[in-house]
Amino acid sequence: MTINNIWVFAQANSDVPTTGTLELLAKARAIGASVTAFVGGDATAIAGALGEHGATKVYATGDLAGKLSGPAVSGAMKAIIDGGDTPNVIMFPQNYEGRDIMSRLSVKLDRTVLTNNTDIAESADGVIATTPIFGGNSLVATAFTGSGPHLVSFRPKSFVAESAGGAAAPVVAAPIPDLGIAGSAKVLAVHVEASSGPKLDEAAIVVSGGRGLGEAGKYSLVEELATLLKGAPGASRAIVDAGWVPYSYQVGQTGKVVKPTVYIAAGISGATQHMVGMKGSKNIIAINKDKEAPIFGVADLGIVGDVHKVLPQLIELLKSRG
Amino acid sequence: MIIVVCVKQIPDPATPGALDSATNALKRDGKLILDESDGYGVEMALQLVTTAGSGEVMVVSMAPNGEMSGMRTALAMGAAKGVLVSDPALAGSDALTTAKILAAAIQKMGAVDLIIAATESSDGYTGTVPEQIAELLGMPSITFAKKVEVSGTTLKVNRQSEAGYDEVECQLPALISVTAGVVEPRYPSFKGIMAAKSKPVETFTASDLGVTPTGWAGAGQKIVSVTQAEARQAGDVVEDDGTAFEKIVVFLENLKVI
Repeated sequence: MTINNIWVFAQANSDVPTTGTLELLAKARAIGASVTAFVGGDATAIAGALGEHGATKVYATGDLAGKLSGPAVSGAMKAIIDGGDTPNVIMFPQNYEGRDIMSRLSVKLDRTVLTNNTDIAESADGVIATTPIFGGNSLVATAFTGSGPHLVSFRPKSFVAESAGGAAAPVVAAPIPDLGIAGSAKVLAVHVEASSGPKLDEAAIVVSGGRGLGEAGKYSLVEELATLLKGAPGASRAIVDAGWVPYSYQVGQTGKVVKPTVYIAAGISGATQHMVGMKGSKNIIAINKDKEAPIFGVADLGIVGDVHKVLPQLIELLKSRG
Repeated sequence: MIIVVCVKQIPDPATPGALDSATNALKRDGKLILDESDGYGVEMALQLVTTAGSGEVMVVSMAPNGEMSGMRTALAMGAAKGVLVSDPALAGSDALTTAKILAAAIQKMGAVDLIIAATESSDGYTGTVPEQIAELLGMPSITFAKKVEVSGTTLKVNRQSEAGYDEVECQLPALISVTAGVVEPRYPSFKGIMAAKSKPVETFTASDLGVTPTGWAGAGQKIVSVTQAEARQAGDVVEDDGTAFEKIVVFLENLKVI
């Protein structure tokens, strides 16, 4: 099979396509002959950027008017497909909206899904997606065996976003059909959690804390160090589940994937769940009491020591340097 | 209020996972335990029924080998009864087939007000089954719930978002997926564990539910290879002698990030 027609579910913040969207477009144009971006919302402001990154057509549902994107965007996709434009592959980001839409669409089309992937290729076996398992120690390549559209989602930072220098893509309306009761959930209000400094998944330096901090109050050490290094604070799942910090801080399988220049893991043992989210960092520093902690297996610099001693000393020294 | 919680019984995450050499699927032949992520949904369901003042919590699970020890944990926490879909033909099923099985089983359980699932399992973490079940049943769904309230037939959820959270509302019946930490799961009491042994668990096969094909045949996907990823090399590991912080500073200086 040749991938003639590939779609990318495209997202934007404040009229700018997300980095994740541009990453998927870069890969889509490398493997597909024709790339279409599918936007759940209005696409007027982003059609230029989507075209520059390789989309030659943009489908847009128009304002969702408080509908959840899962039923609404999957419904609009299904209507376009029923209308005769059938993609071979639809790429989704591995995030809240992407997951909901691909799940609903998989039922509407009766097609399997492959999630959590980091690569996609065409081979003699057909379209193959690759996902890391066991904390990234093994790579599983899975082929779609049925006919398309193949629904596949990717972790952030699987590909490198790159401009293709393309012209603005024409926007084609993809109206949301009547969704019935399945589409009846309404968004009443949107809350943005305040954060300062660089975003966790974009920061050059990330300082993360885990259970080894001992108590919620000690997380301030992690925040202070992150601020001094102009980086972002992160967390292991354990302390997010314990309620010490919000979910948006979580690095790992079920949180953010980060690939900073430097990742500092303070009091994190290195559960598989966590390693998946940070192993791609260029340099890793780990501080942990337990010298057997798995995190030392991936650290470029490992300090077997007490975070309650090392972090304050480090903070003082950095402060004194100004 | 009648609530069904979808639970998965998984190999104990404390023991290293392994792949079956013939199928490259995750080995699930040992004792299976209740997925930790499902404890939150069971707890949430029990609390909602208590708040509502009447009703019952049921659990539904799918397992190829008849295993129900993980399900008994949910019953010990307080769920009233369980439905297990067990059939060797289910081995290798993909997420969509799993959703079809669970949706069909839920339909056999009578009128249901709310279906609860975790956002994803801790072993396969495909993360699509809850929303697929909702679509199969033609229900509204609110995924990634971090706070859940029911008043009358109105469901109100704070749904996790990239930037914070959204307040989302719909009418029951509906489906939600709950994030870890949404509530604190109770530990089963001794009395609960004893009571769970005699709580009813109904079992079905895939063909009882009329779902075909299942297993590898119905999966629409096949594993073509498993390879070792390039391993990251460990660097220096030093014991802190009181000056380790200086080593960190030198490391950062060498990278020119400070």
